[in-house]
Amino acid sequence: MLFVIEVFASFLLLMGGVFILIGALGMVKLPDFYTRLHAPTKATTLGIGCILIASMGLHALRGDGFAIHELVISLFLFITAPVSAYMVAKAALQRRTRFVDSTINTEMSKDILERRAPK
Amino acid sequence: MLNTVLMVVSVMVGLALVLNTIRLLIGPSTADRILALDTLYINSIALIVLLGLYFASDMYFESALLIAMLGFVSTAALAKYMLRGDIIE
Repeated sequence: MLFVIEVFASFLLLMGGVFILIGALGMVKLPDFYTRLHAPTKATTLGIGCILIASMGLHALRGDGFAIHELVISLFLFITAPVSAYMVAKAALQRRTRFVDSTINTEMSKDILERRAPK
Repeated sequence: MLNTVLMVVSVMVGLALVLNTIRLLIGPSTADRILALDTLYINSIALIVLLGLYFASDMYFESALLIAMLGFVSTAALAKYMLRGDIIE
């Protein structure tokens, strides 16, 4: 039973590491700011969620009881990641950061700049 | 086995930190740099949690929680400054 939990936690840790690495790679490789926004906000959040779940299981295994710290951290990160991504994207749009050429519907950004609801 | 996995994952997260630093240095726009800082603090939380697992200590989680809160506030403040030119109007 203990070995099973340890194998499961190791698998989750490796998954988390791979997702964090994919997020960082995407941030270096992708062509413009708006595509780059996807990599850290989705892949990295998933990766850190995996690592925190593994940490929770290992702490329970060690006999410290059910640790609530990791749950608090992951809840906080899962709430704040989309909010900060939205704020940074809005700020970048206001600064008229350039789009990559294949972006469609770029004229919709005018609605956001003038703070109107899109039609 | 667990210690080996922890080492491997720490190396992965360290590599991710290096890649984020590259984007922080070359990022063409200010928004790219803010995004790189945001990802840097999230990855450092992952590194601190891994360190806490490696040394089997509870102390590291308090610092991880602190970094999570202050990181969000700093990202929000930077985005607000970029949007309006002022943080508290």
